[in-house]
Amino acid sequence: MRLAYYPGCTLKTNAKSFEISAIASAKVLGVELVELTRWNCCGTVHALAKDDVMHYIAPIRNLIRVEEMRDEGIVDENILVTLCEMCFNTLKRANTEVLKDGEKMRKVRENMEERDPAYRGEVEIKHFLEVVKDIGWNNISNLVIKKLKGLRIIPYYGCLLLRPRGLGIDDPDNPTILESLIKSLGGESVEIPFKSKCCGSYHTVHMEQVASELSHRILSQAAEAEADLIMLTCPLCSYNLGDRQEEIKKSFKGLRTIPVVYFTQLMALAFNLPAESTGFSENKPDPTVILKNKDLL
Amino acid sequence: MAFKDARRTINYGFQNESFKFKVSELSGEDINLCFQCGGCSSGCPLAEEMDFLPSKIVRMIQLGREEALDSETIWVCSTCFNCEVRCPRGIDVANIMEALRQLKLRKKYSHVSLDSLEKSKIRTLPQIAIISNQRKLSA
Ligand code: SF4
Ligand code: SF4
Repeated sequence: MRLAYYPGCTLKTNAKSFEISAIASAKVLGVELVELTRWNCCGTVHALAKDDVMHYIAPIRNLIRVEEMRDEGIVDENILVTLCEMCFNTLKRANTEVLKDGEKMRKVRENMEERDPAYRGEVEIKHFLEVVKDIGWNNISNLVIKKLKGLRIIPYYGCLLLRPRGLGIDDPDNPTILESLIKSLGGESVEIPFKSKCCGSYHTVHMEQVASELSHRILSQAAEAEADLIMLTCPLCSYNLGDRQEEIKKSFKGLRTIPVVYFTQLMALAFNLPAESTGFSENKPDPTVILKNKDLL
Repeated sequence: MAFKDARRTINYGFQNESFKFKVSELSGEDINLCFQCGGCSSGCPLAEEMDFLPSKIVRMIQLGREEALDSETIWVCSTCFNCEVRCPRGIDVANIMEALRQLKLRKKYSHVSLDSLEKSKIRTLPQIAIISNQRKLSA
């Protein structure tokens, strides 16, 4: 099955390993992620103000590309797959808004560039995790060559995969999708109370100390739970919890190092894909030591 | 975490109907529904950094008190939607925070200017961090 794929800006820079491992794992599942022929930044955040329709134009323009690709037979469904949590939220919310409010749809169509055909409203936004879930946990299990045995993994959801209610991919009060994935890969899912609390998000730009405090709460719970790894789905969470971990440790002495990986990297590992497809060399902190200790590398 | 003066008290007495109307219109939320249970504040991961707790901000809007616009809270909110999933009255407090920010940003107030950030830092940050920060906090 060929599905249209929207990378978003950060997947091409800070989160290359996310993209590489997702495309390779998808192949194992029989899914070809076909990058949009043309795409633009989605805007990263949904325009929450009720009169701010202008900011729907960027996300919706990407959806027009999906309809074109479907018409041209480049992809098999009117589905757009994303990996980044922020892109997922922004694309899905803009789509939901124009589908339920004809006036907003009209404004978006009217203000689109002339070369862009009118958006028909046929596209469904899916996070890659939903594609994985649709394949079925048992089927995923059957594809595993290298079980992640003995690997204690924190399923960290962040915010936008689950919220707002009704827009997320799982029950915001009691999510299970990441836990199910870990289980089907043969790993051990470890619970922490802050698995869906904010990591500090964009405050990392100008309020580093606040971001450090928020990330530290998550990291210290993970350490206390004796986890080996944190598994997540968002490049900004990955930056705050992973790339900034050395910095956070300066303010919080004694914090144990906990590597942070994307769920697709653990899929690629369990499917026994080569190092080019797992992309662990890019992660901070380095997860390879713990994976070697567990005989997984 | 340093407790700021998150216990700041609200001035009571109804003030400004048009302000209340503007916030309702921009946020799309029926602010009168709030019965001050404090659920939003108890779930807010950033409450300790705020001068007024999220539930107090909602109360200030109910009272039409424009000083909500001058609170630190609206800039500290990270739009994480923990309040949204908690509110028993179906209010999305994140939308109210956005409406208040927009009222400031649309008057050309920038809370964070891109020029004030170190170039070397900008180079290491993921794009989604910079763009979302500027979308939320800059005019
Ligand atoms: S959206 Fe803002 S106010 Fe609501 S819980 Fe998150 S940080 Fe607090
Ligand atoms: S959770 Fe809802 S009802 Fe309770 S204080 Fe907050 S906004 Fe008001």
